[in-house]
Amino acid sequence: MTMIFGIPIQAFLGQLLIGLINGSFYALLSLGLAVIFGLLRVINFAHGAQYMLGAFVALLLLQYLGVNYWLALFLAPLIVGLFGALVERALLSRLYKLDPLYGLLFTFGLALTIEGTFRYLYGASGQPYSVPPLLAGGTNLGFMFLPNYRGWVVVVSLVACIGTWLLIEKTKLGSYLRAATENPVLVQAFGINVPMLLTLTYGLGAGLAAFAGVLAAPVYQVSPLMGTNLIIVVFAVVVVGGMGSIMGAILTGYMLGVAEGLTKVFYPEASNIVIFVIMAIVLLLRPAGLFGRDA
Amino acid sequence: MAPMSETTTREHSPAAGRSAATTTTQLIILGIGLVLLAAAPLFFYPIFLMKLLCFALFACAFNLLLGYTGLLSFGHATFFGGAAYFTAHAVKEWGFTPEFGVLLGVLGAAALGLVMGFFAIRRQGIYFAMITLALSQMFYFFCLQAEFTKGEDGIQSVPRGHLFGVIDLSVSTNMYYFVLAVFVVGMVIIWRFVNSPFGMILKSIRENEQRAISLGYSVQYYKLGAFVMSAALAGLAGGVKALVFQFATLTDVTWQMSGEVILMTLLGGIGTLIGPIFGAGLVVTLQNYLATSDFPVTIITGIVFMVCVLLFRRGLVGEFYASRLGRKLGFEHRT
Amino acid sequence: MTPLLQVSGLNAWYGESHVLHGVDMTIGEGETITILGRNGVGKTTTLRTIVGIVRARRGRIDFAGTDMMQVPLHRTAHKGIGFVPEERGIFSTLTVEENLMLPPVVTGGGMNLEEIYELFPNLLERRTSQGTKLSGGEQQMLAIARILRTGVKMLILDEPTEGLAPVIVQRIGDVLGKLKARGMTILLVEQNFRFASRIADRFYLMDHGRMVGDFPVSELPVRMDELHKVLGV
Repeated sequence: MTMIFGIPIQAFLGQLLIGLINGSFYALLSLGLAVIFGLLRVINFAHGAQYMLGAFVALLLLQYLGVNYWLALFLAPLIVGLFGALVERALLSRLYKLDPLYGLLFTFGLALTIEGTFRYLYGASGQPYSVPPLLAGGTNLGFMFLPNYRGWVVVVSLVACIGTWLLIEKTKLGSYLRAATENPVLVQAFGINVPMLLTLTYGLGAGLAAFAGVLAAPVYQVSPLMGTNLIIVVFAVVVVGGMGSIMGAILTGYMLGVAEGLTKVFYPEASNIVIFVIMAIVLLLRPAGLFGRDA
Repeated sequence: MAPMSETTTREHSPAAGRSAATTTTQLIILGIGLVLLAAAPLFFYPIFLMKLLCFALFACAFNLLLGYTGLLSFGHATFFGGAAYFTAHAVKEWGFTPEFGVLLGVLGAAALGLVMGFFAIRRQGIYFAMITLALSQMFYFFCLQAEFTKGEDGIQSVPRGHLFGVIDLSVSTNMYYFVLAVFVVGMVIIWRFVNSPFGMILKSIRENEQRAISLGYSVQYYKLGAFVMSAALAGLAGGVKALVFQFATLTDVTWQMSGEVILMTLLGGIGTLIGPIFGAGLVVTLQNYLATSDFPVTIITGIVFMVCVLLFRRGLVGEFYASRLGRKLGFEHRT
Repeated sequence: MTPLLQVSGLNAWYGESHVLHGVDMTIGEGETITILGRNGVGKTTTLRTIVGIVRARRGRIDFAGTDMMQVPLHRTAHKGIGFVPEERGIFSTLTVEENLMLPPVVTGGGMNLEEIYELFPNLLERRTSQGTKLSGGEQQMLAIARILRTGVKMLILDEPTEGLAPVIVQRIGDVLGKLKARGMTILLVEQNFRFASRIADRFYLMDHGRMVGDFPVSELPVRMDELHKVLGV
């Protein structure tokens, strides 16, 4: 049995993979947060709840309508995104002219309401969601055994992250978004419907979170509590990365996921706080965040 | 955060004027309040009242940071619950008398406040809130795993002991008046602090930080000072609470608890001195009623949060001050 | 001649501050109008209120038969008003070409990309650069160029020559002259009235939030003393 840093290489790579998977979720969620924050200047506390909603919608679609995983990957983000867009249009948009902390408090209330509702309806324990048959089983890579679904999670989240990045950096719609982030008033004066853009962006962010939720369902079990503790870690990720850069949010998510995974190998007791510790260190050395453009 | 600040159009100019409410009006209301509080145990369960007083103090301590300095902390449960743990441990394991147990809780909370504040103050606004949340979560995990907190069980059977070695606090009436005394002392400290030169500078930082900096104030030190003060007073509330209920648990250090104190302050009136008292009263009473029923408290909390933020930002007391009666009594522009 | 833009009794507020106290102005189609006045009298506010950026406003703004007071900000451009702000507003997160292509085309009458690059060859050269890497003069060109693509009927410019070298000022004057020849209506705020007098048909003089004078360019030499007094130059 080959050893690396004093532990069996299987265990090491196994944890690294888990770290990459967690990192995929951190990346997807901090990406969504960054996109929403960039344009709306609101920290979407409900992001974790929307992630949970994605998983639940997938589960319920399967249980009641027999909709399979693959369809759910498209439908759940769409449904949750639409719900998010509705909330933005009807309620959240009234808060833009106020101190941004009100937006945080509002989305906090929204998160509590969503989580409370699902907790009331489904209890606190998790429900299983089976891995789609196409991705069941694993592949023997020689140096380790890779469960297919987990490999899929890493790949598809990378694709989603890069896809979002391309959408924002290379398309016309993306240029509207970037310009509106810088100077929303002028962009409106040019004739672009910025309020609609804001709604779309929030919907997109919520949809991204829901997408992550569907991906997570076979891995973590579907529970009403799955979002809230996760979102606090994602906040720390976002503080480390800084929210000025989309690519920064993605990279930081993966990096911190891997860091957490590695900590689990060498110092397991600290694994659930290592990201917070890194956050504290970054705050000392580079307060604006690793990729931060705003102060 | 100035509760009425808006960027393009303004509904109100922020509270900057001198209060016209006469000192007599204030003193009368204060006097009535104290009499009511002193007589309360004749009408309500002492434990319920004590819980109310503890949370009222907690919320007022929190408001020192939010309403007066304009900083939203999402991690105040760390100070409240942390102090509860420290006090519980000191009284139970080390045999401290209650006053020293609470003192230890306060000092512990202040120390935690110094550390958390030191990191959080390096960023502003939204980031500040997120950092406090993350650090508070870190403390939660620490409490989950540490030995002295006894994990999921918490510290149980905390003896109330004898105040100053003489007054037996296991007698409800004694305990109640002790808690009331602590509450009054805490409120006096907050009141003096807010009206002191230090407090004035904090208000100017809340209104316009850039200007305060250009006037030469070391804004970071003032913010840190406010943070530690707020943490210490929250610790005072937490330490006393541990003695009231005679246990300290993980619930007290969760982000949900941090959210609760924000709600109390928002509901009562950010930036008013006594608003959080009413906010705490409302929330604690509501929780009491709902505890016996099957009603999901989280949902109600969430909805109240959203409604408050959308429609009721001034809170109960804030709305009263701005109302006809409030203005007639001279409370307009009051902070 | 029915005016293209008719402003009557326009009042505007920045927060609690009452900045415009009943501005009256008329601009005919194809005219070039310049607003003169000291700093702080409300010239920029007038432009921003007409465009609709300042929403705390009362009075009448009629543009090409439409009551602009009812029109939301994001529909103003579609009515035919193009705005080049004082700070130019070039987006740093967009390339030069993205900046150019940003404002949507509102009618068919605008220039196409080729025509624009012909008029502004340096923009073609730098089209993949980050927008804010351009010099001040080039950014001003870009700010004007991107509006030209949209096909608006009236161009509103706030201090287009501010802080620019004489050579660039000359070029801007040429561009505006060409536009004027094509029938564009232009509303200008300018401190440099030598520049303004080259292209303007009429001047409005502004003081304390209202118009205190209005005269054609031919009267400018006669009015110089009065101007010096009011403008304090």
